[in-house]
Amino acid sequence: MTGIVALYIFMLAAFTGYEVISRVPVILHTPLMSGSNFVHGIVLVGAMVALGNADTPLEKTIGFIGVLLAAGNAVGGYVVTERMLEMFKSSNAKAKPGPGAH
Amino acid sequence: MHDVLTRDFLIQASYFVTAVLFIFGLKRMSSPVTARSGILWAGAGMLVATLVTFFYPGMTNYPLIGAAVIAGTVIAWWSGKRVAMTDMPQMIALFNGMGGGAAAAIAAVELYRLSGGASSGAGDEAHTLGVTTTTLAVVGGIIGAVSFSGSAIAFGKLQGLITRSIRFSGQQVLNVLILLAALVLGGLVALQLNVDARVVTAFFVLALVLGVTMTLPIGGADMPVVISLYNALTGLAVGFEGFVLNNAAMIIAGTVVGSAGTLLTQLMAKAMNRSLGNVLFSGFGDTGGAATGAVTGSLKPIEASDVGVMLAFAQKVIVVPGYGMAVAQAQHKIWELCQLLIDRGVTVRFAIHPVAGRMPGHMNVLLAEAGVPYDLIADLDEINAEFETADVALIIGANDVVNPVARTEKSSPIYGMPILNADKAKNVIVIKRGQGAGFSGIENALFYLDNTRMLYGDAQKVAAELIQSVKALG
Repeated sequence: MTGIVALYIFMLAAFTGYEVISRVPVILHTPLMSGSNFVHGIVLVGAMVALGNADTPLEKTIGFIGVLLAAGNAVGGYVVTERMLEMFKSSNAKAKPGPGAH
Repeated sequence: MHDVLTRDFLIQASYFVTAVLFIFGLKRMSSPVTARSGILWAGAGMLVATLVTFFYPGMTNYPLIGAAVIAGTVIAWWSGKRVAMTDMPQMIALFNGMGGGAAAAIAAVELYRLSGGASSGAGDEAHTLGVTTTTLAVVGGIIGAVSFSGSAIAFGKLQGLITRSIRFSGQQVLNVLILLAALVLGGLVALQLNVDARVVTAFFVLALVLGVTMTLPIGGADMPVVISLYNALTGLAVGFEGFVLNNAAMIIAGTVVGSAGTLLTQLMAKAMNRSLGNVLFSGFGDTGGAATGAVTGSLKPIEASDVGVMLAFAQKVIVVPGYGMAVAQAQHKIWELCQLLIDRGVTVRFAIHPVAGRMPGHMNVLLAEAGVPYDLIADLDEINAEFETADVALIIGANDVVNPVARTEKSSPIYGMPILNADKAKNVIVIKRGQGAGFSGIENALFYLDNTRMLYGDAQKVAAELIQSVKALG
């Protein structure tokens, strides 16, 4: 990938991120922040490659920490986002527990 | 040879699929109807990318990689599953910081390898990098490191481990000096003028310190904006390290998060009527100063039984939840109360200020957890005109977001912040733990209005009492 192609990718990805989020309702801000937090967990892939190419003990140690942290970012981000989004339902989607409960 | 090419193609193709799944997932996450499936799509993308990376050409250290992945997964899964919904903001901060730390670690591995190559003599071509690459590694490294230590401080503050905002005169100057020193060292490494391991180490230490000193003076009220900012920064750092490793999935995912996170940060800062620079450098947030003496009148307490009657015979009640509801875990009781009222024919709406709680949407998540349908929940623009027709505005542990001082008092730090017009309701009931000022330390004029009554106590207990008194009416 040449530098200029990388620059194009950067530019298009930046616009994509802006567009995707620009019409999001306030109620989804926290889950969406959490979701985007999960997405940058892709750093795991890079951390794995960095550790996979590490030679010295120092590099291996830092690489190990990197993979550990990245896996935490990806897995933790997924778990909390999923837990939050699971709770979103409209009053039509399920029977209201309110009427008839008493 | 052919084999290697095919494998490389398959890996790149998988990363491409991952990038598509991420964007698709984020798109679905931006609507409440499809949000649940969005995270599943994005999760599938992450799984594909992670599995494929094990087959990346030229990799060694597989036992180490496996151990780190498993350890990170177990710890994060365990803590992510058992964290309470109310503690979600600091958990996101923590996971986000981990991503930033990982990006910084990638930069560190690459830069240390460079310095190792330089000291073992030239000619070792495996250990040479272009200046563009080292520059990107350094930039991503400092951003990632700041995000890592800064998020850790944000976590500590929200978790209550760090209770004071440490401020002293000349703090901004110190921060600027640390930043400049880090940039000088980073510049040396980036331009490969001096890639000694000690310089690299000093650079990373300074970057970590900068994250700490930048975040320490910021008050808790501003933490949502700060967490969102660090989220965007981590995205950028990941994107930069993606350039270093020539990994398109990282570049795309990181940049998408970087720009989306920046937008989200701006939306939040705007909702609080603060500029980002103001949040980071003004030190407002829990200064406690500016208790302008414009507040007149007295606090008028009321009993829960009286409030129960008032609610039961109202036409329309608007509930304004705030952090106090989160702290007391009162969302389930509040919804139970509201269901009783709905059964009696009362119109109930929930009004959510964009920055209520510790993060935008924090209240929505809690209400969703309690089972409140999201179509009963309205945001500031939708609901503000309705307060005039409401019989009761029920404020539960919210403070600054309903402070009319923001409309009138030019000298107040929150002047100009859009607020919920709770003071326009016929009656205002404020459920509050004690008489202290709110998170920002600003006196709330709403509490002293003639139509306001104070209902003191823990929000959950008070809600239980209200349920009793409404039920007693039959």
